[in-house]
Amino acid sequence: MSANEFYSLNVNGETMSVQDSWVGESLLYVLRERLGLPGTKGACEQGECGSCTVLMDGEAVCACLVMAATAVNSEIVTVEGITTDSELTDVQQSFVEEGAVQCGFCTPGLIVAVHHLLGKNPQPSEFEIKEAISGNICRCTGYGRVFAAVEATIRSRNDSK
Amino acid sequence: MAKSSLVTKPRDILGNSALRPDGAHKVQGSFEFTSDLHAENMLWGATLRSPHPYAKIVSIDTSAALALSGVQCVITADDVPGKPTYGLISSDQPVFAQDFVRYMGEPVAAVAADHPETCRRALALITVVYEVLTPLTDPEDAIAGSFAPIHPDGNVIRHQRIIRGEQSISGPIVVEGEYVIGMQDQAFLGLEAALAIPDPDGLGLHLHVATQWLHEDLTQISACLNLPADKIRLTLGGVGGAFGAREDISLQVHCCLLALKAGRPIKMQYSREESFFGHVHRHPATIFMRHHADSNGKIVKIDARFVFDGGAYTSTSPAVLINGITHTQGPYKCDNATVDGYAVRTNNPPCGAMRGFGVVQACFAHESQMDKIAAAVGKSPVEIRLINAMVTGDPLITGQIMESVAPVARCITETDAIPLPELMGQTVNELSLPGGSGLTASRSNIVRGIGWGVSMKNLMYSEGFDDYATARCTLKDGIASLKFATSEVGQGFVTLAPQIARSVLGVDEVILEPIDTQIGSAGSTSASRQTWMSGGAVDGACRLVRERLFHHVGLMHSIDPIRLVIDGTDVIDQLGTFRVSVADASEGIEISETFEHHHRATEELDENGQGNCHTAFAFVAHRAVVDVDPELGLVKVVQIATAQDVGRVLNPLSAIGQVEGGIAQGLGLAVMEEIVMKDGKVRNPSFTDYLLPTALDAPDVVAVMIEEHEPQAPLGAKGIGEPPCISVTPAIVAAIRNAIGKNIERIPVRPQDICL
Amino acid sequence: MSVIVAKELTTALTALREHGDARLIQGGTDLMVEINFNHVKPTTMISLRDIKSLRMIRTDTPGIMSIGSGVPYSVIEGEPVLTAIPALAQAARTVGSPQIRAAGSLGGNLGTCSPAGDTLPVMFALDASIHLSAIDSSRVVSIHDFMTGVKRSVRQHDEIITAIDFPIINGWQGYSKVGVRNAMVISVASACLVADHENADVRIALGSVGPTIIRCRAAESWLKTTLDLSTRSTISLDVANEFGRRAAEESSPIDDHRSTAQYRRHAISVLASRLLRKAYQ
Repeated sequence: MSANEFYSLNVNGETMSVQDSWVGESLLYVLRERLGLPGTKGACEQGECGSCTVLMDGEAVCACLVMAATAVNSEIVTVEGITTDSELTDVQQSFVEEGAVQCGFCTPGLIVAVHHLLGKNPQPSEFEIKEAISGNICRCTGYGRVFAAVEATIRSRNDSK
Repeated sequence: MAKSSLVTKPRDILGNSALRPDGAHKVQGSFEFTSDLHAENMLWGATLRSPHPYAKIVSIDTSAALALSGVQCVITADDVPGKPTYGLISSDQPVFAQDFVRYMGEPVAAVAADHPETCRRALALITVVYEVLTPLTDPEDAIAGSFAPIHPDGNVIRHQRIIRGEQSISGPIVVEGEYVIGMQDQAFLGLEAALAIPDPDGLGLHLHVATQWLHEDLTQISACLNLPADKIRLTLGGVGGAFGAREDISLQVHCCLLALKAGRPIKMQYSREESFFGHVHRHPATIFMRHHADSNGKIVKIDARFVFDGGAYTSTSPAVLINGITHTQGPYKCDNATVDGYAVRTNNPPCGAMRGFGVVQACFAHESQMDKIAAAVGKSPVEIRLINAMVTGDPLITGQIMESVAPVARCITETDAIPLPELMGQTVNELSLPGGSGLTASRSNIVRGIGWGVSMKNLMYSEGFDDYATARCTLKDGIASLKFATSEVGQGFVTLAPQIARSVLGVDEVILEPIDTQIGSAGSTSASRQTWMSGGAVDGACRLVRERLFHHVGLMHSIDPIRLVIDGTDVIDQLGTFRVSVADASEGIEISETFEHHHRATEELDENGQGNCHTAFAFVAHRAVVDVDPELGLVKVVQIATAQDVGRVLNPLSAIGQVEGGIAQGLGLAVMEEIVMKDGKVRNPSFTDYLLPTALDAPDVVAVMIEEHEPQAPLGAKGIGEPPCISVTPAIVAAIRNAIGKNIERIPVRPQDICL
Repeated sequence: MSVIVAKELTTALTALREHGDARLIQGGTDLMVEINFNHVKPTTMISLRDIKSLRMIRTDTPGIMSIGSGVPYSVIEGEPVLTAIPALAQAARTVGSPQIRAAGSLGGNLGTCSPAGDTLPVMFALDASIHLSAIDSSRVVSIHDFMTGVKRSVRQHDEIITAIDFPIINGWQGYSKVGVRNAMVISVASACLVADHENADVRIALGSVGPTIIRCRAAESWLKTTLDLSTRSTISLDVANEFGRRAAEESSPIDDHRSTAQYRRHAISVLASRLLRKAYQ
């Protein structure tokens, strides 16, 4: 195995350099093991669970299916970069308050997916919410509290208008 | 002038929806799961697994792997210094296969290297010569003795009968069926992971691991490593779900062996594919049941035969078998029974614990039977279940008397009272019909069905096991610290434990100490037992601390401590006016107490399956509404109504989360989740082909919590984790049958089972 | 570096010609699974992700919508494709998850050439054409000639799929896919039916029921000889079912861990019948 890839990624607004990496490394692996950003989780390695959802040029994608070295010209945002300060976002707050978090392994991916959804579609229908997170498998909650958290976020955004 | 109003936030005591203390970290991605751990100078570990279900190992050559640049060491069975096997009930599973491999995916060797890809390449360089043998894959061959033993312990893991009452009695109504339950996977999201850090002196180590039971792991690891238990420290790493799959050892021993051999920290982390081979699954089972009933549909007798396929090694098969057969009757009165049960060994993947533990299988059979009785006597599913509903004081088919609160009829009637969903309109979003985004159906292709399932589930461990949990509470300056080894796997014990301390001690701030083996065992996070067991231990420790606090306050203020109680966050004299805050009362002192909670003793079953083998029981009813496309065999579960016997709700938010989550898992078993086997080989070890319910498969859940405090339970609360996933499966299948008018006796229900 | 991130097509084509071991990667949704699952060991990689010309949707040729091979499914799901080629938009919406659809593209579906590729039946039913470019040549191949077997196509090593031309038809088109889950599922059987009203023609193509996508030419011609499609009148259940039966006869499904041949054949008969009736509602 030759570990001779050197490149830079733009992650959460910062330029981060990757050294001595193997060509086959996914963005998920590089974020977690090389760039000190373990918030993005891996659970299937094939885009079937959504735990590794990140934003790439504004689109929600599975980091496990992005060859890291091909992402050099993209802006990547991970769960760590969803908010710049230590405060929780309204989505994160709702997830905690509505009981949408149990084991929490799917949670970072869901948080990114929900931010992405509400950014594109601030007033999604119930079906649109479900479809938008249908790529994020949660094994603990059965999704009921997750829906509640998304709806609570939408309500609070509407109330504060 | 606007009125000012004071909003008082309720204290996070028992009964309130306290929020998870780890919630903020989990939503920010800063919660540390085991797979997130790193250590200086760390190497990666990986496992070589058998591609064959059954083969003799002729030779293993690791030299090429060792020669690969970046590889630190390679280990096989020859490198296990202690006991060569492990196991929860019977130590019959090799750490590494030595002479034979007995299932596809059995560990043969492990490597440590500088990069996961180096590990994969090293594994490919290990040459194992196998003499492939014909696998034993049909459990009936194991029972019949027609196959040579595939293990020195034989092909039958356990055989147990239950003989109760009049054996030849029958009734005018006789219904029967043979029910087949496929192999379900727990499919927790946080894959198996561990980090083993050897001590600097090389004589011990520290293992961070995602597990359900630290102390049991420690016992098994210590034997295999031939190291005294005090040389091994286990700390719970963040656990991404468990559902039974982390009760058995998976990578623990391998990781420790590699760390000791390499003299460097080793991280191991399974891929999803490896995870399907790396942990036990829910037992596939075939259950024959014949119910004899009177003309009203009252059960007279049940005949049953259970066959659980335990796979290659024992794991918890003996206990799963007992759970299955002792729940033959379900939550119904039954005086006469003839039950025969087997758990057998095959060359299929090992099976063990999964949420519902043997009762899921039994429940699918008995609930299908109840509907057959109902049809035979012309009664509704609700009527037939109410006629037979068990009450406290009833004898079970094991002779044990039902001593738990048993609100079976209430579960049924309160579920029945939940409004049905609206009928489908003539114009619907076609994407929400069965078939979903595949757009396979129009409104006119769809029929709706309703079905019922009701279940009984034992709580805690059974058959004489001395089940206990330990906790320590320390009160200092108004702050309580709690220490326990209870695995937090997502269920929320870390939320509940502080609630208990706040309620008992009148404190607001509660610190949770690390979850590790530096205190006595808490037992396993399984069997719906931690609220009762570790909850009881925390409650007990806090009460002991409170007693000493009252003694201290009494001495300081010359009040008989017996007059003191906690009122909010104060200590007060119930007979006088004295009041002091707990913070002030505990200032400058430290009170620490440890408590072990044991549940009441149970007994083993005798040869006729008689004995007080279970500790306590919980009940639940489910009503399913499904839409079915009968021509294509596709299903959409629309609504699940449920009323669950919970004893007491300690945290409403956690409770509904358990109910909804369990329902989704039961739905999965009903219509999509199955490990598909052929000739002992797993055909679908990935999330592309092992399908889990998505957000678009989730039904509306309407839940009622039935609160009748359980006097035996330390907090009045029953465990609530398992019941939600048990009777929802038969309810969904019954609803499918109701929609299409066809009998189905196999789960998961596949499209072809509906339409062909 | 063994990863070439091309911004221009010519850069990618030159690199492809130079490196005999090079593999192309666009969204990565197929190839990265192969790498993650230890089935492929990448050496030289050429990324097409940043080539803007592959992400264009063109309508400059009358009657044709030309979709760049790198246009993600999430774009294809919506306008202008939704109105112009609704069956393609429907098929795109059934691909994997929203995250997969944001990354995957028609070029990937064609590059992998799996019979379960969701958009391939649409290409077969619409007689789509595939544009292939090499550094010194280019050609256009009918989809019917492009796919030659399970994960096999006529694409040469030095060629890149640049765009897919879809004829815009005046009529109805629909796509249906059977999976055991209501979202994010690999097709067990799928069908695309096109009713070309202008030419009084019906075409149907099947996915996941044979080594390639199957065009049911016999069923199509049976229908045209049985009915006068130019009347566009509703189609009886009997005729639709017979059409479905004949379409299923042309499939050659297998038993595997996802389903059985018998069920797949049955599902095709139902899908074909339903699609046909919908087309002439």
